[in-house]
Amino acid sequence: MTKITFVDAAGQSRTIDAEDGSTVMESALKNSIPGIEAECGGACACATCHVYVDDAWMEKLGKPEQMEEDMLDFAFDVRPTSRLSCQIKVRPEIDGLSVTTPEKQG
Amino acid sequence: MSEIIKTDVVIVGAGPTGLFAVFELGLLDIKAHLIDILPKPGGQCAELYPEKPIYDIPGFPMVTGQGLVDNLLQQIEPFGPTFHYNEMVEGLDVLGTPEAPAFRVRTDGGKVFEAKVVIVAAGGGSFQPKRPPVATIEAYENKSVFYAVRKMEDFRDRTVLIVGGGDSALDWTLNLHPIAKRIILMHRRDEFRAAPHSVNAMRELVASKQMDLLIGQIAGLKGEDGRLSAVSVKTADGVSDVACDRMLPFFGLTMKLGPIADWGLNLHEQLVPVDTEKFETNAPGIFAIGDINTYPGKLKLILSGFHEAALCAQKAHRYVYPEKKLHFQYTTSSTNLQKKLGVA
Repeated sequence: MTKITFVDAAGQSRTIDAEDGSTVMESALKNSIPGIEAECGGACACATCHVYVDDAWMEKLGKPEQMEEDMLDFAFDVRPTSRLSCQIKVRPEIDGLSVTTPEKQG
Repeated sequence: MSEIIKTDVVIVGAGPTGLFAVFELGLLDIKAHLIDILPKPGGQCAELYPEKPIYDIPGFPMVTGQGLVDNLLQQIEPFGPTFHYNEMVEGLDVLGTPEAPAFRVRTDGGKVFEAKVVIVAAGGGSFQPKRPPVATIEAYENKSVFYAVRKMEDFRDRTVLIVGGGDSALDWTLNLHPIAKRIILMHRRDEFRAAPHSVNAMRELVASKQMDLLIGQIAGLKGEDGRLSAVSVKTADGVSDVACDRMLPFFGLTMKLGPIADWGLNLHEQLVPVDTEKFETNAPGIFAIGDINTYPGKLKLILSGFHEAALCAQKAHRYVYPEKKLHFQYTTSSTNLQKKLGVA
């Protein structure tokens, strides 16, 4: 199990145990984390699982692939730390990851 | 008012469940018209994941979203369904009685249908343009802010801010450029998903100063009474105002329940409760199948939608042919069914 912390737009923080091999989006839904809609169910086709990755984790996560970067065009208030949580795989190396959910997924 | 289209069944939504309902109804000699807001059949399968593999369709170890849609279209072809694309069902009036239901269905495009049965197979609801989450945007919609170009004249001699980086944004940049006073294209990054030839054409217009390209994002709207005067934009240099009187944001589609909420159906968390024998709603003659319905144990699987389609067709038969008795038959062995399928 890998710990992931979700901070909502109001600053409230929730830490969950995520299963390795799943995605950050799936783990969020499983734990009823607010602010993640994931309308398309993880097909990288909707940009409603948009999160801001904590600065400290940017390098470790690596760069988004072209498809994810393209889909981020459909998100709002995109920042350099923006990622789609359906494209981040849970693995032991990201234990302690912290992400912030946007005010609105659009 | 346009001519009324009379049919046995109106199916709202042409996703996999709605398509398979045509098959199950067709075997029972019931004719159907399908209405969908998208310009093509397939619903989420075609819109969200046409190339993604699906692994849980019985008998198909793997099929893509589009592959499944193509197969379903082939399967229902013998029944000659009529498709009405780019139309959203807006209104539903009850004409009949609970014993002999009849309905009038109206679309936003002005089409009117009369049917004995309505099957709601609307999945996650209707696909609608995503609205940028900036304050007061509702006040400008359809006055200064548009999510689609219905009439080009609305943009003549206007300063138009187009936002996005895909084909819609680029196509309208190029199409409106000759008639608009000025086009400003804004995108969050200096890379575009749109077709390379339109991106090149746009870059040439920018180079010859015939239009402007801005790398940034929407931060707010300025104006009054729905008349836009400027859009506040966030760029690498900070926040500033861009004067314009029209905005066209292109951020893809999202699913909204839409007008179904106003049809007098019971709703539970944006889903339509049905029984598990006939998949009928609280309104006799209106059925709900696929992802849009809910019942104890519901799973949002395509295969569940197929099962629901088969069962609701049985009850639909009673409404469409109240005098006829229904004999259960198999496509494998019934000459009667095989004739309908065009194989006997």
